[in-house]
Amino acid sequence: MEMLAIDLSLGLEKLLLIGGIISFSLLVAMYTTYGERKIAAWMQDRRGPNRAGPFGLLQPAADGLKLFFKEEIIPLTSNRLLFVLGPALAMITAMLTSAVIPWGPTIEVLGRQVSLQIADVNIGILYVFGVVSMGVYGIMIGGWASNNKFSLIAAVRGASQIISYELAMGLSLIALLMLTGSLSLKTIVEQQMSGGWNIIYQPLGFLIFLICVFAECNRTPFDLPEAENELNFGYHQEYSSMKLGLYLFAEYVNMFISSAVVATLFFGGYDIPFVNEADLAQSIGVNAVAALGFAALFSKILFFLFLFIWVRWTIPRFRYDQLMDLGWKKLIPLALANMLITAVVVLWLNK
Amino acid sequence: MATLTNRAKVLEQKPMSFMERLYFPAILKGMGITLKHMFQKKATIHYPEEKRPFSPVFRGLHVLNRDEEGRENCTACGLCAVACPAEAITMEAAERLPGEENLYREEKYAAKYEINMLRCIFCGLCEEACPKDAIYMSETFAPSNFTRKGFIYAKDELLIPNPLTDKENYEKAKGQREQQLKNK
Repeated sequence: MEMLAIDLSLGLEKLLLIGGIISFSLLVAMYTTYGERKIAAWMQDRRGPNRAGPFGLLQPAADGLKLFFKEEIIPLTSNRLLFVLGPALAMITAMLTSAVIPWGPTIEVLGRQVSLQIADVNIGILYVFGVVSMGVYGIMIGGWASNNKFSLIAAVRGASQIISYELAMGLSLIALLMLTGSLSLKTIVEQQMSGGWNIIYQPLGFLIFLICVFAECNRTPFDLPEAENELNFGYHQEYSSMKLGLYLFAEYVNMFISSAVVATLFFGGYDIPFVNEADLAQSIGVNAVAALGFAALFSKILFFLFLFIWVRWTIPRFRYDQLMDLGWKKLIPLALANMLITAVVVLWLNK
Repeated sequence: MATLTNRAKVLEQKPMSFMERLYFPAILKGMGITLKHMFQKKATIHYPEEKRPFSPVFRGLHVLNRDEEGRENCTACGLCAVACPAEAITMEAAERLPGEENLYREEKYAAKYEINMLRCIFCGLCEEACPKDAIYMSETFAPSNFTRKGFIYAKDELLIPNPLTDKENYEKAKGQREQQLKNK
């Protein structure tokens, strides 16, 4: 009976956490669209959306409502099941990754230790990899089911791009894993809290990882599957209403989660820089430190979101051969070299 | 091949240097430029709330003027219609009756005065032709309309508000222009 009671409260706690994280990521994704438009405008000496609400803050709500009220069109020649499955998969895979990210240190609620991580899986990074590479199925299935040549080209492009960049991404992470010796994201964060952020030890690995993250999120300069001017929006060309909305939204959720992963792996996660959390917890309490830690993680995420947007409005899109060239001929050898050097250094230090 | 002019430039196609091939310095430079632009003065203004001042020589919609006592200046002499290269102005004259001295400044006035804003080319020749300072071009431009008929402005749309009864709108219609010209 006692076991059951604990399990119940654990279930409730996880359910609340899942609900909180999902709604939080959706909210952040909503306002990233706003941020994207604002920052793009500022970089082009414009003002951006400023009519809906103060400073245009209600603009994302207006956009979302517009998408909901639009007519839903499913092309006659499309495969209905796959057509609906595409955007759903894109959104689901975008959200799934958030499960293994530690959003903050453990907090105390009513005498219980509550972990701010949905699942502390010991293969955390592998899980992230698996789910992220599933993200391309949304694009592929959607593109295929649309029964449209542009969409199909986009789907093929998306698939080949993600496969190419996943290799370099994995290789760059192997070097990181040699240092940490653990696949669990929570352990990696805790190591960084005491031993310094991984960016110090793995600058090249971080760079490669960041480029690959850009490619996996289909963000400029790697937005070949969308390619407005060659493929007419590519894989979501035939989509309308909220199905289109889900595709667009999934991109922003992806950006948010990827920023969280980068911040967790290389920038100490919820670590507050130059502060000893254990000392701070004794003076202001565990929960306050957790809130500060979450704020630290969130500001790191915000920086990466800004970086995503900043790069998008600076760099033009790669040509397809340049994309493949960069992925296979530059990033993979670099990642391999990085891995070898790290291995040698680790061995040499441990001898 | 002989060139026609000596302005032709030979294009030098050197292979890219190592720094150029790295691509990253160039990206960082570009990102610096976009970041700099974020903090620069914006080219756009908040339009309906904020308006750019009109130039003192701006020629907008026509206004039929009144004098300080609110009497119409126009005597329907027809010089503006003659001067108009687009033939946008038509008018009909009428004689002032006893008791209308507070409405019209002189013995003759325009009973009907129409300007077709679709024909008008806003050249300002009517303004120059007018001997009575009765027509001038304001600081507003023609708003959109659904029909062609809506662009034929009759006298009630052209007349400036009466300065005795509607001082505020009179000043507004007068605009900043005279002030600006005086300051020059």
